Amino acid sequence: MAVAALRKYEFEPADAPAKFHGAQLLYVGWEDHLMFCAPFAFPLPPTMPFRAMVEQVLPGAFGYHPDFARIDWAKAEWFKSGRPWTPDFDKSLADNGLGHKDVIRFRTQGLTGIAGSCS
Amino acid sequence: MDMQVAKKKLGLKERYQVMTRGLDWTPSYQKMEDIYPYAAYEGIKIHDWDKWEDPFRLTMDAYWKYQAEKERKLYAIIDAYAQNNGHLNVTDARYLNAVKLFLTGISPLEYMAHRGFAHVGRQFPGAGPRVACLMQSIDEIRHAQTQIHSLSNYNKYYNGFHDFRHMLERVWYLSVPRSFFDDAVTAGPFEFMVAIGFSFEYVLTNLLFVPFVSGAAYNGDMGTMTFGFSAQSDEARHMTLGLEVIKFILEQDPDNLPIVQRWIDKWMWRGYRVLTLVGMMMDYMLPKRIMSWKEAWEVYFEENGGALFKDLARYGIRPPKWLDQISFDKDHISHQAWATFYQYGAAAAFNTWTPNDEEMDWLSQKYPNSFDKYYRPRLEYWREQAAQGKRFYNKTLPMLCQTCQIPMLFTEPGDPTKICYREVDYQGSKYHFCSDGCKEIFEYEPEKYVQAWLPVHQIYQGNCFPEGADPTAEGFDPLAEVLKYYHVEMGRDNLDFEGSEDQKNFDQWRGQATKNA
Repeated sequence: MAVAALRKYEFEPADAPAKFHGAQLLYVGWEDHLMFCAPFAFPLPPTMPFRAMVEQVLPGAFGYHPDFARIDWAKAEWFKSGRPWTPDFDKSLADNGLGHKDVIRFRTQGLTGIAGSCS
Repeated sequence: MDMQVAKKKLGLKERYQVMTRGLDWTPSYQKMEDIYPYAAYEGIKIHDWDKWEDPFRLTMDAYWKYQAEKERKLYAIIDAYAQNNGHLNVTDARYLNAVKLFLTGISPLEYMAHRGFAHVGRQFPGAGPRVACLMQSIDEIRHAQTQIHSLSNYNKYYNGFHDFRHMLERVWYLSVPRSFFDDAVTAGPFEFMVAIGFSFEYVLTNLLFVPFVSGAAYNGDMGTMTFGFSAQSDEARHMTLGLEVIKFILEQDPDNLPIVQRWIDKWMWRGYRVLTLVGMMMDYMLPKRIMSWKEAWEVYFEENGGALFKDLARYGIRPPKWLDQISFDKDHISHQAWATFYQYGAAAAFNTWTPNDEEMDWLSQKYPNSFDKYYRPRLEYWREQAAQGKRFYNKTLPMLCQTCQIPMLFTEPGDPTKICYREVDYQGSKYHFCSDGCKEIFEYEPEKYVQAWLPVHQIYQGNCFPEGADPTAEGFDPLAEVLKYYHVEMGRDNLDFEGSEDQKNFDQWRGQATKNA
């Protein structure tokens, strides 16, 4: 449906890619670890290698959790928009098909948060 | 000789007629649709505005007289409260953080309600609803004023009360109540009335005011309690107006039903999402609790609201959508929200804390299905960490819902261990939502919600730093700069309650009032 309006109702989206100074937004969530209340939003260059995102960006965001140091990244399961997905760690975010405002999640088998509570 | 003497005074009924509808006239040289340009475009059909039953018979002169009397009493109590250092009688300085949330998140909405009702009071072609909306508009600005006056007393002694208006348009969590009301006032007059007059004022208002006003009474805050009671007689009038509006619209034309139903679905969901903040306040921020969020929802929505929707069934209205999910979520949302504020406590304009043992036991008792299993381990872990000097401050910005603007903290219906993700592709861009409700609201009017000013995205665009800040400079600290832009003073207005200036001052001042040392 379209918005009911008296005149033409067209406005630019507030979050168009051009407004992020060359970065694109990527949302990342860690399944079964709700101590981080919500997935994170990162402004990252599309040319950043996926590996750099995992090794340099994620620790600053998720590193507080005692499970984080125990992650075996080779076994982590990934999801893009909720569907199983396999990233290539050596390719860039863009070459992995990640665009502006894409959402990915990872699940780390055997790690289920504080006292198994998914916290 | 008998002389015919004109009656000096009109009877009550005549007087009401003359002073309300009698003030209206039929235009002769302007077209009705030019005078009331917003009356038709929403698709609502009104055939006879005279069928409007005035829900209360109040004339403007009586209104002023009555309100002035109430206001005199209110200000006498507020003055006495201030002069007697009433602030030292509250249960515990933690309580003040609930008041900060009210002043920054709710009082500005009273002002927005004033603007909304003033607009609608101008735009309805019927004189009856115009007069009713005018009075409600004045009520709302009075409520904003009396709340600000009552709470300004706290600003002399405590942090976080100093710049609520500036914060409303900037601070991340205040974008939740703000965008809710912006959505309503930018809608047409009929949608505004269903959104605010009916869904908020009639159905959800008890869930907002009872917790804050009773919370104030339970926690020794005479000032807040008094303005709550003072506003109560107005609220009763607002509720009557909200209900009358729905009935009037539905009785005017059968085509109005699907439009009104969609608005009820939308605005109950929008209102319910805003009330997450109230749920968290009730379960975590009041040192002396009144009832749990879950209990409040059961009494004020499931019982009272259930009866209302049964009553409205004769017009073809069904209960709002997504009630199953809300019913499941009542065990969870207050805990999920407090966990969010606790971890983003460096970016909030109030203090946060972990509950003490007694409070955790209260939560276990009130939430036997959820607290010990999902939330206690998290809170206890944080408490242990804080005791070791590692208090958790989450410094990475969260993903937000495009519609309600709350961080994506809500879980899947039926599974509190999984974050609920929903997304939509619209004109080549992705949009994300916390729930089916927020997603469906977006899908109906995407043109509106693509404009959302999402605080996290605005920070990343560089729009939330003070003037002159240079994000490319060496050692640029984004969090510090965002706090400056918010007018939140690091170390005073934010962080943990333990060790805060409010805590120290309150203890010291109360000590002086009750001890000789």
